[in-house]
Amino acid sequence: MKGIAPKLAVAVLGATFTFGAISAKAAAPEYGGNLNIVVGSKIPSYDGHIESTFGMIHPIRPFYSLLIRENPDNPASPTDFVCDLCVGSVPKATEGGTKYTFKIRTGVKFHDGTPLTSADIKATFDKVAFPPKGIASSRKAYFKMVESITTPDAETLVFKLKHPSGTFIPSVAMPFNFVYSKKDLDTHGYNWHQKNINGSGAFSFVEHVQGSHVKGKKNPNYHHKGRPYLDSYTALAAPKMSVRLQAIRGGRADIEFRGFPPKARDDLVKALGDKIKVQESDWNCVLLGTPNHETKPFDDPKVRKALTLAVDRKSGSKYLSNIAIVKTPGGIVFPQHPMATPMSELKANIAGYSDDIAASRAQAKKLLKEAGHDGLKFTFLNRGVDQPYKIVGTWLIGQWKKAGMKVDQVVKPTTPFYASLRKKTDFDVSVDFNCQSIVNPIADVSKFLPSAGNNYANFEDAKLESMYNELLKAGTPEEQKPLLRAYEKRVLNDLSSQMITLWWYKINPHRSYVKGWKIAPSHYLNQSLDNIWIDAAEKKRQGVN
Amino acid sequence: MATSELPNEEFVLPKQKTIWDTLLRMLRKQPLGSAGALVIIIMGFAGLFAEQIAPFDPEMENFEYMLSPPGTVQEETGKVFYFGTDSFGRDQLSRMIYGARTALLVGFTASFCGAFLGLVLGVASAYFGGTVDLVLQRVCDVFMAFPLIIMALAIVSIFGTGVEMVIIAITIPFIPNCARVVRSGALALKELPYIDAARSVGYSHVRIIMRHMVPNVMAPFLIMLTAFVGQAILTEASLSYLGMGVQEPTAAWGLMLQGGAEEYAESAPWVPIWPGVAITLAVFGFNLFGDAVRDVLDPKLRSQV
Repeated sequence: MKGIAPKLAVAVLGATFTFGAISAKAAAPEYGGNLNIVVGSKIPSYDGHIESTFGMIHPIRPFYSLLIRENPDNPASPTDFVCDLCVGSVPKATEGGTKYTFKIRTGVKFHDGTPLTSADIKATFDKVAFPPKGIASSRKAYFKMVESITTPDAETLVFKLKHPSGTFIPSVAMPFNFVYSKKDLDTHGYNWHQKNINGSGAFSFVEHVQGSHVKGKKNPNYHHKGRPYLDSYTALAAPKMSVRLQAIRGGRADIEFRGFPPKARDDLVKALGDKIKVQESDWNCVLLGTPNHETKPFDDPKVRKALTLAVDRKSGSKYLSNIAIVKTPGGIVFPQHPMATPMSELKANIAGYSDDIAASRAQAKKLLKEAGHDGLKFTFLNRGVDQPYKIVGTWLIGQWKKAGMKVDQVVKPTTPFYASLRKKTDFDVSVDFNCQSIVNPIADVSKFLPSAGNNYANFEDAKLESMYNELLKAGTPEEQKPLLRAYEKRVLNDLSSQMITLWWYKINPHRSYVKGWKIAPSHYLNQSLDNIWIDAAEKKRQGVN
Repeated sequence: MATSELPNEEFVLPKQKTIWDTLLRMLRKQPLGSAGALVIIIMGFAGLFAEQIAPFDPEMENFEYMLSPPGTVQEETGKVFYFGTDSFGRDQLSRMIYGARTALLVGFTASFCGAFLGLVLGVASAYFGGTVDLVLQRVCDVFMAFPLIIMALAIVSIFGTGVEMVIIAITIPFIPNCARVVRSGALALKELPYIDAARSVGYSHVRIIMRHMVPNVMAPFLIMLTAFVGQAILTEASLSYLGMGVQEPTAAWGLMLQGGAEEYAESAPWVPIWPGVAITLAVFGFNLFGDAVRDVLDPKLRSQV
């Protein structure tokens, strides 16, 4: 016995070290390989400054760098930003919150060999924030607070703001702010990037075959040393979900970044077992119900409040999350953000969030009766997209029915749907959504502002406008929080101008040999692909070529 | 005085046929047509008395019972989900029964409207001839160049979805089809002396067409009509399946199929199977019945029968 114990101890220790070494080796990123991505939407153009679709972001974003970005190692955090083209950490505001000074990396080159300097970043943000007349910029409104952009030298960039703003840094980190070369903008004009690509991202452009794929190859001069790990990637166009699903199931594709519904996840896991890894996250997208205030009786706040009171969000979350890409109940701010209103406060202060759904529905019926619209009949406009629009729409109609309302559904394809919302305004109540990339609470809630271009409720409210202006100028989270709460209460409770249904839920099943990628709260985020690597041995084990 | 006497043998009146005799005779002579008629009768009964027959409200969501297999008992009421439930926990049997109403509403309305308008246009085209005939027939050519489902898809894409729009979308392609068939019969009728006689006594065109020509082309009209109903049901189901037809939460077979075919074919097969069976049976039933009607009304086939 005397001699066995030390030997056993040595053996255990040895085994521990061996396994530890093996796991450490297994966890170390490997170089090489091609990543096949399936993308379910078309590429309208390559220009991030004008586009808003993941159909552009997923295949094109890896070609470009940003000034700052979400932390690719911690993308789940809505407040963790890191430098991409700047040096060190994201700068803090100076001069009373009105000045941000970025130190720019040296030695960065565009794919055509042109060196990148602060002048390129200035030219980029000038195009985004102050586009010349006739040049589109989809995110111009996010930079309203910017007074000027200057470059004291080639390595320094200064943003001067008109007032302190909590929305500035998240706005800069938006994944659409591709940094373009000043030379390209000066030589070819502001529309050149719609059809041409010259970035400084982890991958350089190889080819785009319309309707088939986009291919990129490793940028050997990438400014994050040692990255990317992949040799190349191919973004395959696959508009039908069943095709994308089968592509992953059959090993034709490795990953899809937008997300699958729960049933598809379950089918993939059932079919592939440990060959599939599933990452899930709350999603910075929410489905809304938008009543048209210009249509009677939705000009009456009692009727609008009855709509939201009738909806059982708690059970909806429990059951709909089994069949649709929605899950979390919440207010107007992304529920996982520190600025979001906790559920206890929503239950206490906002109509429609109570656990006692019977009482809520009784109140909804009472309000309808008081408004003279007992047994209200109306038409619900929906978008002809299954996930999650049509499923949530059908659920909403069932909820309203339980409060005595009779609702017919009209489903329109995307173009006529938007025509109804924006031009014709020929709807009673419509589905609507607020989908953002970077979680930027104050900017995100501008959707609920009557004057916002994407608010389709057709109403005016000076008080709400003034509340939002105050919110914009609040410099610290402590100042912002109470203002945001008051704004939310006015939108969802006092005016009931729009109603929140459920926040989306992102489900990303991918082949388990795809390593290094972490899910973010938006399908627009963490798409530079520079941290992804392929476990070749595992890929071989799975029999995927 | 001579008297005539009745013959001694007893005069026996032929036995009056009861409805059962007629049915038995039809069953014997047209067994497939009878089977088709039976399906149509069952569908009609289900559609007409859906409120009385259906065990549940077809639109009522019971999420606690989502995707329950056939035979599940609802604890609160003790009622049975005989055909199981869908992803919203709605009773499949009740939705099937109400779906019959939607199918028949669309099928009969689109067929009657399409066939009747085709009848009038076809006879008028033959009667007037000349430029009217030429123009109407070329318009028919244009419409007939498109397959039914493509034409219907184009119409709902332009005018929108919903039961009314689906009826219109299916009616329009039926019109030229019926008009073309009816016209060929009416061309022969037009040359008959009684039409000339009607003209010579000064009857109006409308009276000649509606009173003297239309009744004489009823045989092809009825055959087309029965064939159209099956086609209309299938087209409605196809449009709903493609998301361009009837919309949720209305119970419609194509819509039920769309909600279940891709996602639940493996894990909850009762979701797509029942509406699939219903669509197949309905179309099959109308086609069999239509064939029987053609056999009875077509003089050439009648002699063979």
